[in-house]
Amino acid sequence: MTKLLEVQNLKTYFFTDRGVATAVDDVSFSLDAGKTLCIVGESGCGKSVTALSIMRLIPEPPGRIVGGRIFFEGTDLLTLSENRMRSIRGNKISMIFQEPMTSLNPVFRVGDQIAEVLELHENMKGPEAMDRAVELLRMVGIPSPESRIKDYPHQMSGGMRQRVMIAMALACNPKLIIADEPTTALDVTIQAQILELMDELSRTTGTAILLITHDLGVVAETAQHVVVMYAGRVVEEAPVKQLFHDPLHPYTRGLMRSIPSMSDDQRRRLEAIPGVVPSLLALPVGCKFNDRCRHAFDRCRAEEPPLTAPKDGHSVRCWLFH
Amino acid sequence: MLSFILRRTLALIPTVFGISVLVFFMIHLVPGDPAEMMLGERASEQALKEVREQLGLDKPLYVQYGRFLARLAKGDLGRALRTNEKITTEIADRFPATVELSIAAMIFAVTLGMLAGILSATRQYSVFDYSSMIFSLVGVSMPIFWLGLILMIIFSVHLGWLPLSGRLSYHIHIESITGLYILDSLLTLNWPALKDAVWHIIMPAFTLSTIPMAIIARITRSSMLEVLRQDYIRTAKAKGLAPRVVHYKHALKNALIPVITVIGLQFGILLGGAILTETIFAWPGIGLWLLNAVYARDFNAVQGGTMLIATTFVTINMLVDILYAWINPRIKVS
Repeated sequence: MTKLLEVQNLKTYFFTDRGVATAVDDVSFSLDAGKTLCIVGESGCGKSVTALSIMRLIPEPPGRIVGGRIFFEGTDLLTLSENRMRSIRGNKISMIFQEPMTSLNPVFRVGDQIAEVLELHENMKGPEAMDRAVELLRMVGIPSPESRIKDYPHQMSGGMRQRVMIAMALACNPKLIIADEPTTALDVTIQAQILELMDELSRTTGTAILLITHDLGVVAETAQHVVVMYAGRVVEEAPVKQLFHDPLHPYTRGLMRSIPSMSDDQRRRLEAIPGVVPSLLALPVGCKFNDRCRHAFDRCRAEEPPLTAPKDGHSVRCWLFH
Repeated sequence: MLSFILRRTLALIPTVFGISVLVFFMIHLVPGDPAEMMLGERASEQALKEVREQLGLDKPLYVQYGRFLARLAKGDLGRALRTNEKITTEIADRFPATVELSIAAMIFAVTLGMLAGILSATRQYSVFDYSSMIFSLVGVSMPIFWLGLILMIIFSVHLGWLPLSGRLSYHIHIESITGLYILDSLLTLNWPALKDAVWHIIMPAFTLSTIPMAIIARITRSSMLEVLRQDYIRTAKAKGLAPRVVHYKHALKNALIPVITVIGLQFGILLGGAILTETIFAWPGIGLWLLNAVYARDFNAVQGGTMLIATTFVTINMLVDILYAWINPRIKVS
């Protein structure tokens, strides 16, 4: 069976005045239909660029996809014409963004913004598309959707707007939804509601979700499979249970240790990973994590480790496992 | 929305009242005696006194202002001191010419300016972008009288395509309905007159449009660039919309908000009379008339003309406000 999405050796670089930023460097992963894959990492590790690369929405210039392949239902998206790509965007692959406050157009009614996708991809006419928009808003749990479709975005709360974004993403029954930090800008209670909603919709509609987040709590609750990224590279990849049970890469372990735990008896200080994410314009030689890694040895500073699989289905990019 | 419009309209009344105070007292601060201007330097003291009495100029200022306001309320601006014509009549003869010229100039400025701005923004750093921005810089910096003369030399004198000056050829007659020749000739289906009026207006309107056009192009460009960076533009692209729809539907409606203010202000300025353009092209508008009234110390005419121009300006601004609320739902109308 072919995978729904298969990213192979994706390289997306940004060509700036100060040099080339390797935002995504040789990233590979795949996703089965109906499943949820999480990409985890700190800000600036290339998560969002990976997502935008799949949609082919990298602002060009300065960005450019310089290598790799992105197979979606067996077709390499990178070989498609812009026209063909447009018929996939919002239709077979749709996207939810981080900022619900600014991701909806302020001067159009939310109903019209949802109906627009339906008119574009499903050939629906005005009233028919509006009826479907109402139905979608009801599906994402917006009360009295008949009147809310006439609202402008500023008349809704952040959680409501994110629900509208989800409704818009679901409009054409996509095979894949890419959700780029969909809950980061929301209150914790609303976060849980939105994640639950996405989880439920994914199960009922069979839509696969590529969830991008920096929040391991979100990962544990939603994903079947996890990809951990650091400085534009995949550093670890595993099924979710295995990753939480037995994290291998020092970076992943650091992330785990920095989660506060309710069950801890002793009052311990929360651990943090020392240092900051390196600039993509000045990456360290060797392993990109070596300057922040407490296990780093000479080889780490000289040579970049390849991604290897010390356990079945669990791969890691670290010299400790060679 | 209706109550919003009503409230904005009512708010005009104190503004217009304030304008009347300013206009009246400022003009009386200007040195010079209208009676002397009318009768000449060698007029007898007796004659001057009579004229002052006749015009009410011997009364204290507040009495004069009271009279001015009372007449104003009835829509009467008094008589011009130079010609003894009713000022309303003089304005009615000339203001339509200015309105017509301003509208034509704004049509040029808005269509070409906005188009240049949008194309520059969507093709940022392209040859088109650079050249249109250089043109717009030239547009704001070029003296209008110079451009007008150059156009006249090229299109009238050398090529003979367009008439040199004036509003209409002598042999053409138009039945006056609105005073706007193009509109009147359309209403009366008078095709030769329409052609003649359009031919006459092209050069002065284009000349007058250069500054607003350049300003509109620059504002449209920067506003579009700002909007194109917004998250909702990325959302629109992620929906699979074509660039045309993203630019002209999703971006433009947001980008228009500051552009409309500029369009309103520029239009208001043009309606105040374009003295230079009207002079060069012998366009019988309000600007030239008002300038002559100032030279002649014709208090009444200056007062009347200024009142009209200022009122037009605030009215245009009110219309812009209403348009604003219509385009931008975030402005609370209630």
